[in-house]
Parts: sequence; C-alpha cells; structure tokens
Amino acid sequence: DQVLHIVPETFQQVQHLQLLCSTLMLDLWKPLLPEDIRAGEDLHISVPAPLVQEVKDSLDQHMVSYRVLIPDVQKLVDQSMPRERSSHRRVPGGYVYTEYHPMEEIYQWMTQIQKNNSELVTQHFLGKTFENRTIYYLQISQPSNKPKKIIWMDCGIHAREWISPAFCQWFVKEILQNYKSDPKISRFLQNLDLYVLPVLNIDGYIYSWEEDRLWRKNRFPYENGSCYGTDLNRNFNSSWGSVGVSFNCSSDVFCGSGPESEPETRAVAQFIKSKKSDILCYLTIHSYGQLILTPYGSTTKPPSNYEELMQVAKEAAAALTGKYGTSYRVGSTALILYSNSGSSRDWVHTIGIPLSYTFELRDTGTYGFILPADQIQPTCEETM
Amino acid sequence: DIDDVGHKYYLELELEDVLDKDRTVNCTAEVLYHLGSKSTAPDVQVTVQGELRSTEEADKEFYNRIRSLEKELVAENIPDSHGNVPPELEPIHLLAWAASGYVIWQNSTENTKFHLAQVKHVKQVKRSDEDLQFDYVLLLHEMVSQEVIPWELTVLWHPQRGARVPRD
Repeated sequence: DQVLHIVPETFQQVQHLQLLCSTLMLDLWKPLLPEDIRAGEDLHISVPAPLVQEVKDSLDQHMVSYRVLIPDVQKLVDQSMPRERSSHRRVPGGYVYTEYHPMEEIYQWMTQIQKNNSELVTQHFLGKTFENRTIYYLQISQPSNKPKKIIWMDCGIHAREWISPAFCQWFVKEILQNYKSDPKISRFLQNLDLYVLPVLNIDGYIYSWEEDRLWRKNRFPYENGSCYGTDLNRNFNSSWGSVGVSFNCSSDVFCGSGPESEPETRAVAQFIKSKKSDILCYLTIHSYGQLILTPYGSTTKPPSNYEELMQVAKEAAAALTGKYGTSYRVGSTALILYSNSGSSRDWVHTIGIPLSYTFELRDTGTYGFILPADQIQPTCEETM
Repeated sequence: DIDDVGHKYYLELELEDVLDKDRTVNCTAEVLYHLGSKSTAPDVQVTVQGELRSTEEADKEFYNRIRSLEKELVAENIPDSHGNVPPELEPIHLLAWAASGYVIWQNSTENTKFHLAQVKHVKQVKRSDEDLQFDYVLLLHEMVSQEVIPWELTVLWHPQRGARVPRD
C-alpha cells in the first residue's frame, strides 16, 4: 500500500480526485472527507497495493502531479510497532514467551498453566495489592508421600524491570515442558517444591505499561495522594531505614512509613514466615546489572554461611556464562553494588533461610530497563 | 589518593563497536575526581590504542537523509516500551547515546552510576549553517538513587565535525 501526496491545482482536479476517492473507496489520510479536498491544499491518500497503478495512471491522465509520500505502508507499520501480542490464543504453547505481556494476560496465563498442568501446578492466593488486585503464586509440586523443601522465586518487585516477570513465566514453562524428559528437572521435583510468584508489584507493573515505563515502586499514596509509591525492596524488616534509602516519598528508594508498611511486602513476608522452616532457597529476580547478589546490603559484614553462599553463586554464574558468554558478577550488595537496607533478600536471610539471592538480569546499561523483547529468550535460557 | 586534590583512577578499557560486535579497540584512561567539589566534572584523559572504524559512508547517508526531510524530524520514546527502535531512528538513538555520555561525564562523582534509560523526546531544529541540530529530552537512570532524571539538551552534529553539545 502506498500513500500519495497531491496538491490539486484546479477545481476540475479536485472534482476528479473526489470521484476517484469515492469510486475506488480510497482511504483518505488528509483531509478525512472527500468533500474537504481543496485546490492548493495537501491531499494524502492511501492506496491499496492492487490499485496503485490504476490510481497513478488516472492521475497522469488528468495531469495531476503527485509524489509518493510512503512507498510501503506495511513496512513502516511493522518497523514502528511492537509485534502483535497473541492475547487471544489459549492453546498451550500458544502463549508467546518471547514477548512482554501486560498483567491481564499474565493472570490468564496463570489460570491456563494450572488448568493444563493440574497434576503438578496449583495457583494460590498470596495477598492483595494496594489497588486491591490479587497476588497469586504458582506451586509446582510433584505428589509424593514425603515432605519436601521449598524453593521460592519472586519476580516483578520493581515495576520497570519487565525482563523479570518474563523470566518467571519462562521458568515455569521450561519446568513444565521438560520435567518428564529432563532427568535433572525430574530429580529436582522429586525432592523439592517450586513456588513461583510471577509479579509481586502488580499495581506498579500495570502503571509501567499504562503511564510511566520507568516506574519502580508500588502505588501506595502518601501525603494525601500528592506522592505515590514505596520501594518494596527497601520496605522489608532488615535494618529497615538505615542506609541507601530515602524518607521522602518522591524518591525512588522511599522505604515506606515503616517496615512492612506496604500490603505487597506483608503478603510475601507473612507467607515466607509461615513456611520458613521448609524454605531452602529464596530467589528474587530484578534487572539490570548482570549480578548475583548475596546478603547483605546494609553492612559489609559477611553472613554466617558466606562461603557456601558464594560458592553456589559462583557456580551459577559460571553455568550462566557457559550458555552465551554473558558475564555476571557475584558478591554481596554492599560490596559490589551499593548500600541498601530493607531488601527482601536480606530479611529472608535474617529469619534463617540459608540461601538467599538477588539476580539482576541483563543488561549492563545499554538498554537497561527497556530490554528489547528479542533478548528475552537468550536471557531466560542462560538464566535457567 | 592524591592529597588535597582528589582521587585518581587509572583504567584499561576495551571498547566494543556497537554496530560491529567483533570489533574491539583497547584504550587507557586517567580519571581524576576532584576532592569535595560536586560541581566540577572529573578530569578525563583518554588514549585510544588503535583506530576507530571509518563511518564516512553512513554519516553522509544520514546527513543527507535528514537534510532532505521536508518536515523537521520529531520522535518520542526511543526505544519504545518493548525495547524496539525503528531502523531509521537508530542514528538518532546512537547520537543521543553519545550526547548522554557528555552529560554523564559532566555530572558524575565517585558515588554515581548513570546510564541512558530512554530518549523521551527528540526534535530536529533546522539551521541555516551546515550543522544538524537535535533538541533532546533524555531520561538518565542513576543506579545508587535509582532515580530517573529527565535532561534537556541540544546536540549539534556534522559529518566531519562530529557531535557537540553547545548548552545543556
């Protein structure tokens, strides 16, 4: 399809053009109606590909000069718009894991995943967000008569880190597609239950889709609604408010009015507390930075099981690099990133869960939070 | 540590060509952060060991394309929310990146870590001289505070003279 630019010179030309547009039912981009076509004024018409030659011949015949404004409309559309999301496909394997999905679709995905894998997956209520949305996690658990330890993974604490929920969804898909055929995964599930929370900060995530792509916090109002949002990863009860935070609501690292002041924080904290003797490993997924972070952020004093934490993390980083060469750095937040207090990872460790890690996924600043969708697959594959 | 002056860092860097990932060039740099002064940019000296690839062809093509536009170029949100950049805006994106390097340098201290998060808005301004002018609104992400800071700046560019930031 092409868009032609014409400036009719005479009234006859205007009439001819009006006739042409209505007979061939051409799509007028400017003006919107044939009756508004005027001599001396810009006319832009979009001509479907099969009619292009006919229209041009007709213009030539009537001595109407024209210019091709857009030689290929579809090409321009494809270039400037994200690929269509398959929001209406319900077939398993029809969900496109290599694209970012809005919250509505993630909710639908969770329902589908449970429905299609009901022998293994159950969807559970964790709590509600400030804007009263339900927070769900997925439990992947192979029926067994022996009690199993738990690995917990949450994504989407920070709204703008879209690659994080994308990874949680990918992870679930990979486990479910391969648990029968992959001996490693199958052994895993014999001994462990996986609990995956695809999006914790649902309100913030939706806000980053609809209003501000670079929003980070939740959407809890402060100061009578003149200021919004607490950084959930500064809101946990681990040296809360001591370092790397702000008490000013307009800051992106505002730690809230007190530890666990936010409903989202409480939802996670309550659950983890209730299961803490069974949780072996806590993972929280963020971006960007390409880091595997160990406790603590609020002090450089190492945790008691520092050696073990580092060893496991180093092995993970090596495995990750082995896939596509992406390099990850490993270490405690306080040492390799910055000081911060109130993080979920630190709090989880202080209540006795031995292995607690923050993953900062791709990249290192080139695209930062706005990681192109074509990097979802390699990022997720290497992180698996 | 340099007493009464500041902190000096000696760096060995490998530069990777964004448009040709296998191409790398080594360089060394000295960076001096001035003691106490938050308003002076760090002193930077860079030595490039080797040659940067010639971009004459692409520069000329971009220059001519922009000069021949009837209407001034205007664009927003580069990349878009999903990380996409339309091919014809790629040079605008790269220019913003280079310009953000200047802004970041001018505003860096030992306790900041900046990256360009997104080009919020760009508007071409036609000039009577040979330069191309683009007025940008850039969004810079600062890692320690986690803030996203909008920054307005004007960038001039010319195929031979390169990029300049006249005021910011």
